[in-house]
This record gives sequence, structure tokens and C-alpha cells, in this order.
Amino acid sequence: MSNTTALTTEKKSIWGGGKSPFSVSYGKLMMWIFLLSDAFTFSSLLVAYGFVRHTYPSPVKNELIKPMQHLEEGFVEQMQHVGYFTDDKWPLPELVFNHFPFIHGMHLPLFFVSLMTFILIFSSVTMVLAVEAGHRMAKKEVATYMIWTILGGLAFLGCQAWEWTTFITEGARLDSNPFGPMAFAALFFIVTGFHGFHVFSGVVLNVIIYLNVLKGTYEKRGHYEMVEKVGLYWHFVDLVWVFVFTFFYLI
Amino acid sequence: MSNLHHDDHSHDNHNHGHHKETFISKYVFSMDHKMIAKQFLITGIIMGTLGMAMSLIFRLQLAYPDMKFPFLESILGQWGKDGKLDPNFYLALITIHGTIMVFYVLTAGLSGTFSNLLIPLQVGARDMASPFMNMLSYWFFFLSSVVLIISLFVEGGPASAGWTVYPPLSALPKAVPGSGTGMTLWLVAMILFIASALLGGINYITTVLNMRTKGMKMTRLPLTIWAFLLTAVLGLLSFPVLMGGSLLLIFDRSFGTSFYLADIPADLAGGIERVGGSPILWQHLFWFLGHPEVYIILLPALGITSEVIATNARKPIFGYRAMIGSILAIAVLSFIVWGHHMFMTGMNPFLGSVFMLGTLIIAVPSAVKTFNYLATLWQGNLRLTPAMMFAIGLVSFFITGGLTGIWLGNAALDINLHDTYFVVAHFHLVMGSAAIFGMMSGIYHWYPKMFRRKMNETLGQVHFWLTLVSAYCVFFPMHFMGLAGVPRRYYANSAYDQFNVFIDMNQFVTIAALLGGAAQLIFLWNFFSSMRNGKRSEQNPWESNTLEWTAPVEHIHGNWPGEIPTVYRWAYDYSKPGSEQDFIPQNVPDEGQVDEQVEPNPTHFEPSKTKAPVAARETVMFSLVKRWLGFAK
Ligand code: HEM
Ligand SMILES: [Cu+2]
Repeated sequence: MSNTTALTTEKKSIWGGGKSPFSVSYGKLMMWIFLLSDAFTFSSLLVAYGFVRHTYPSPVKNELIKPMQHLEEGFVEQMQHVGYFTDDKWPLPELVFNHFPFIHGMHLPLFFVSLMTFILIFSSVTMVLAVEAGHRMAKKEVATYMIWTILGGLAFLGCQAWEWTTFITEGARLDSNPFGPMAFAALFFIVTGFHGFHVFSGVVLNVIIYLNVLKGTYEKRGHYEMVEKVGLYWHFVDLVWVFVFTFFYLI
Repeated sequence: MSNLHHDDHSHDNHNHGHHKETFISKYVFSMDHKMIAKQFLITGIIMGTLGMAMSLIFRLQLAYPDMKFPFLESILGQWGKDGKLDPNFYLALITIHGTIMVFYVLTAGLSGTFSNLLIPLQVGARDMASPFMNMLSYWFFFLSSVVLIISLFVEGGPASAGWTVYPPLSALPKAVPGSGTGMTLWLVAMILFIASALLGGINYITTVLNMRTKGMKMTRLPLTIWAFLLTAVLGLLSFPVLMGGSLLLIFDRSFGTSFYLADIPADLAGGIERVGGSPILWQHLFWFLGHPEVYIILLPALGITSEVIATNARKPIFGYRAMIGSILAIAVLSFIVWGHHMFMTGMNPFLGSVFMLGTLIIAVPSAVKTFNYLATLWQGNLRLTPAMMFAIGLVSFFITGGLTGIWLGNAALDINLHDTYFVVAHFHLVMGSAAIFGMMSGIYHWYPKMFRRKMNETLGQVHFWLTLVSAYCVFFPMHFMGLAGVPRRYYANSAYDQFNVFIDMNQFVTIAALLGGAAQLIFLWNFFSSMRNGKRSEQNPWESNTLEWTAPVEHIHGNWPGEIPTVYRWAYDYSKPGSEQDFIPQNVPDEGQVDEQVEPNPTHFEPSKTKAPVAARETVMFSLVKRWLGFAK
């Protein structure tokens, strides 16, 4: 085991070989590197968003309706009439995403997506707690927090499904969009869909890890590093959402 | 904590043959990096042969546009009716030729082969960080090759939009025959390819950073490893962008979006009017990969050359740290120059000049590398093995092809040169020929490591000279055609008088290309027959310093039978004054020296401990320059 000997005798140069310069296992390093490259995938989509968005004039400022005001039937058509939703203008997100489950006829701009964002961030917090419990080798706690994280992920996916359904019922498609340029809807579906796919994979990974925690795999192994690795992925997905959210809903 | 991680994953005793090996686990789904390297290499060679055969077919067309070649009908069927190459199929051929050469041969075949073979062996690791992912990387590549080959046989033919697959030809399934299924399969193949490249790249980087043996500082790594490391970084950061771009392209093709399409009436575009997109967006996304890609191709070849030249000149590589610096500089710069492929898209002239400046700056690190090669060769004790010849050949192409890069990087000149044969000449020299020569050099040099035997030396020399001469005869005349305005991607130039004057030159080029093709047959024969009949190799056939030659000739899992060797010196102690042999392998302890590991080491770059070994034999100027730049070793 030349590697271990190196570790004990050599302290000077961390890049001297015989050990990891960052003091991380190869698996964790791989996860970091993967996330870096995945960040570039998302960047390419967001750059494409920026590129397309840039070719349209900015949305008109909303002076028609205030939060909590009554939302009439046919709101979309009305907006089209008054020139808020036209093919040559980027629509104002707060006028597009203004519904909330079980509440009808009220203008609630971006309320629902804020809730989604909160859920996802909450699940990141529980993930941190799971990792921390892993450091203490507290199997029960790891399991509990993993469950919360999984539930958070599922809740987010559920919300996204509702958001998509609403958007689609109102007429948005990949190739047509009552709210404005068709690229708006197409980009929305592709980018949030790609992110949702990441969340979904994350939930699957979390479930696998959760089952292994229950089986005691990591207890036997002596450490909960796998939890840390999925944790990194989960935080990344969370971080990406912050960008997606900013691009699609705020600007 | 870190202690625990490390123990757990050190690969010291993994894979030590506890399980029985079957044919499948040894040759097919092997997880041994040496076997995976061979799989990459042989797949690459097969694809390369295919790509070359395609180029010969379309070269025939360019030289003899009015002649009939009955054999074309027998091999191409409907695409060669009456012995005439179909114009649409001409486009398909150049597209697949470019795709195969760039991605399948010179990315997977080159970097895949040598990163896999050399990274664990040269950094002193038992295998890659994740042998399983490594295996997946090969099989994704294999699947991708299969899909690309299948696309040759579908109705309408393979993709025909050029290897850059610009929309609208690539985005509208009805644009040209190849835009249909062929284009779809191209995209599928590319996505599999990207998956392979990412799996491989993550592994390469991690192995280099985490798994170096004791004493293998970053500044003791052979330059091959530096090159593979940066190649992997480039791939890792640029392929995802092509992935994103391709995703959008797939939606444009199949789901009626119009990211890359502007003002296409509904009847041409599957019943949906396409408005609002821009084909320029694709070009940005594509070239954000495309430019780093040329360095993904070139850097491994340059790394191999550094190693082969130093070994066979029996001299330390000149300017080791300058070499690392220039690799780093090239890697960084390569991400900010992609616009030089788009000068003609109506880009803002100011932006154009930014891209132009970046492009011209890349000439600096490139020149550093060239001069370092020349200085290493200078007064060396040259052993002109085939590997060495090909490495020197690379330097030659790097110069001839690189110089025209400075022309093309100039936005104003590019207005005249864009999309002409001048460009074809440029990239075939600097990327095509140079990288192929680097790859050949690597094959001849490390063949004994891969197959335990040597390739035939005489055939190697014949192969080298024929290839060198034919490559120059093929690509050099293209400069003149390009300067006269002959456009690339044209099926027949006989329709235009001002281009048809080059018909004799075209015939000359084609004959040279056929000669070059024949030379590769010699190589193929040599390569495959040496596996059985080559001379048995000793353990260190080239008297080289790097760690792979301390491993036994017979391949074993885990590479070294006992402990992994510890490293005490850099890889370039050749002809060191005062030593008996003219090489000192990296694992030989340095006597008059305190143990490296306890010696304080204030910087990454250790101060030079010994005088530059051959400095006495170098000219005064070289040693002065060395001292000024501070990289005397
Ligand atoms: C075997 C010797 C080769 C010959 C005779 C050859 C010949 C040609 C010719 C004549 C063209 C231009 C066709 C046209 O524009 O109408 C071409 C295109 C191309 N070749 Fe080669 N080539 C060879 C090897 C290579 C290699 C090693 C590479 C690796 C980089 C390569 C990469 C390309 C690319 C990227 C294109 C552009 C395809 C396109 O326009 O989309 N070729 N080749
Ligand atoms: Cu470029």
C-alpha cells in the first residue's frame, strides 16, 4: 500500500503524488468534475435563451392588474387584445404564470413558482442535514433526512407537473404560444424539462442511497460518502434551478 | 476524514485477478485500461480506413468529373449509377469523412487510445480511477460508431450538411436527401459520442489528479500526461455545449420549434411556419465546441511528440515548464476564439477584431512549442526510429499548417479565404496531417507496450516517407486553388471555367492521395502482422525514462507485480553528465540528494537542482534564452 505510506510520511507538498491533492476520494472528485461539465450543458441552454430573448423587445410593464386582483375568464385573450401578448414581444412572466392550485379567479403572479423554489431549497437543507448526520454515523437520522429530501424532490416534480399542465391547457405548445413568441414556450418546456429530468434522476439516486442506508451498506463501509456525493448533485440541481428561475420568471 | 477516503479508494489491490477471466471479460467487456486502449485504437483504425476510403472516392470525382468509374456502381449502388458519383452523395461523403476523421479517429482514436494506455502507466496507478466508467466510455464510442455506419445505409443517405451540420440543411428534414434519417442518426451518434467523451474525460482528469504515485509531482509528469489532462478538460467543458445545441436541433427537426430557423414557410418545414430563430445561434454553439475540438485533436499529438522527441534525441525536453505553460495557455485561449469561424456571418466588426486578436495570440504558445521541439532536436543524439520520424513530421506540419492559420485568423483576409480550398489546405495540414502523424508516432512508439512486440522498422520508414510526401502533395497545392477562389464542398469544378483551370492540379492531388492511401496499406499490414510476427520487445525498448517501461512486458492487472514504483525525478533525465547510461528512469533514486519527500518545497516548481545536462553542448544563445526565461532545468 504505497499510497498509505505516502500519506503518513509526506506532509509537505500536497501535489507531490501518492495522495489526493484535494483530500477527496476519486469518486467525489469525479462528481465535482461531472457537475462542472453539466453546468456547461445548462449554460448552453441558458445562452440560447439569452440569444433568442435578445432578439425581442422587452416586455411591456404591467399596469393593468395587481396581485390578488380578480382574474377574469379569458384573461389571455384580453391580454392579447390590449397588446400585452403579441408575437413580436416577449411576454411578461408574471402575467403568464399567475395561477395557484385550487384558487380560481385571482391574479397571483409567480406565487406558485416561489413555492416550488422554496420546496427545492428546503430539500437542499434536509440534504445538508443528512450529510451531517452521516459524518456522525447516525444511521437513523441519515435515513430520516433522506426521506425528507426525497419527498421534497417529489413535491417539486409534482408542482412542475401542475405548472406544465396549466401552461399547456392555456394553449402553450412547443410550436405555438398564445402568450407571445413561440420560442418562449419552447424554451420554457425544454429548459425546465431538462432541469426536471435532473431532479427526477436525483430523486432516483436518492431513493437508491436511502435503501442502501437502510440496508446498512454504509454503516458496514464505515462512512457515508455516497450520501455526500448525491448531496453534491442535489445541491447543484438546486443551484441550477435558481438560474433557471431567474431567467424565465424574473427577467 | 481524508485518511479514510484515501485508504478506501486506493487501487492498490484491486483487480488482482481474484475472478476467473473469460473471453468476454478479457477482450470484450474488459475493464483493464490497457485492453480498453487497444479497443479504442483498433476501432479508430477501422474508422480511419473508412474515412480515408471516402476521401479517395470524392477525390476521384474532383479530378475526373466527367469520367465514369464502373466500380463505383458496384460499391455504392444507386449513389454511383453508371459509374458516376451522385452529387448528393458527394456531400454526404465529405460530411461523414470530416465527422469520422475529426471525432472518431482523432478524438476517440487518438486521445482515447493514448490517454487510456498511458495515464495509469505513466502516473503510476494500478488502473483508471473508475475502470467501469472507462469500459462504458469505450462502449458508448463503439455504439456511436455503429450508429454512424448504419446511417450510411439509410434511405436518402447519411447526413450531408458538412461536418459542422449547419442549419437549415440540418434542421429541416426535407432540405436535402441526407437531411432526413441520415441527419437524425448523425445526431444520435454524436450524443452517444459525447457521453463517451465525458465518461472518459472525467476518468482521465481524476486519475491524473488523484492517483499519481508517490513522488510524482505535477512538475514531474511527462508532457504526454499534461497534454491528456488538458485535452480532457477541454472536452469536458466544450462537449456539453454541443450536447445542448444538439438538443435544440433535435427539437427543431422533430418537434416544430424554430431555434435555428428564420422565415421558413410552412410547406417547406413540415407544416409549421418557422420564424424567430437564427442559424447563427447554432454556429456559436457548434464552434464553442468546434474550436476547442481542434485542440482536443492536436494536444495529445503534441504531448506524444514531446515524449518521443526527447527520448529519441536523448536530450531533456527543452523548456519543460514553458511547454506546460503553453499547453495551459492554448487550453485557455481556445475557449475564446471560436468566432474566427464566423467572420462572414455579419458579426460586429469590433467583435470580429476581438476574436482575431485572441486567435493571433494563440500563435505565441504554439510557436513556443515549435521552437522547443527544434531546440530539443538541436545537436541531439538522434535515433531516427519510425516514431521519431513521425514526430518530426508533426513538427513540420505544425509549422506549414500553422502559418496559414495566421492568415485565416485575420478577419479581413478571411473574407477572401473563407470556405475556399485554402481553408481545406490549412486544416488538413495543421489538424489532419499533424495529428495523424502524432498518432502514428505514438503507435510506433508504444506498440511494444500494447502488443509486446515491435513493428517492422523498415516498413515503418517506407510508410513514413510515402505518407509525408503524399500528404504534402495532396494538401499543399490546395492553397493555390483556394487563393484563386475555388470553393470547398463543390461537387464538380468543371462547370466554372475559372476553377476548371485547376483540373490538372486536381488530378495531381488525387494521384498523390491514392499513393498516400497505398502507403496506409503498408501500415495496416505492418500493424496487424506485427502482433504475431514482430520482434519480441524487451522491457524498455527505447531506453526511455517514463514509468510505463518499468512495468513488465506481459500485461497484468494492476500494471506492476509488486509495489508501484516511487518517483524521484522528472521524466527527462537523458544524457545526464556523470551518469553511466544516457537515461535515468524516473524511479531511480537521486543519490546525492536528500529524500525529496522531506525536503521543503516552497513552490510547485522546484528550483533547478542540477545544471541543464546538455547545456554544454547547446549553443550559447539557447542557454542564454533559457536562463532569461528562467526555465533551465
Ligand atoms: C486521407 C487523406 C485525406 C484526403 C485525401 C482528404 C481530402 C479532403 C478533401 C478534398 C476535402 C474537401 C472536400 C470538399 O470540400 O469538397 C476534405 C474535407 C474534410 N476533411 Fe479531409 N482528407 C484527408 C484526411 C483528413 C483527415 C486526417 C482529417 C482530420 C482532421 C480530415 C478532415 C476533414 C474535414 C473536417 C473536412 C471538411 C468536411 C466538410 O466540409 O464538412 N481529412 N478532405
Ligand atoms: Cu478555430
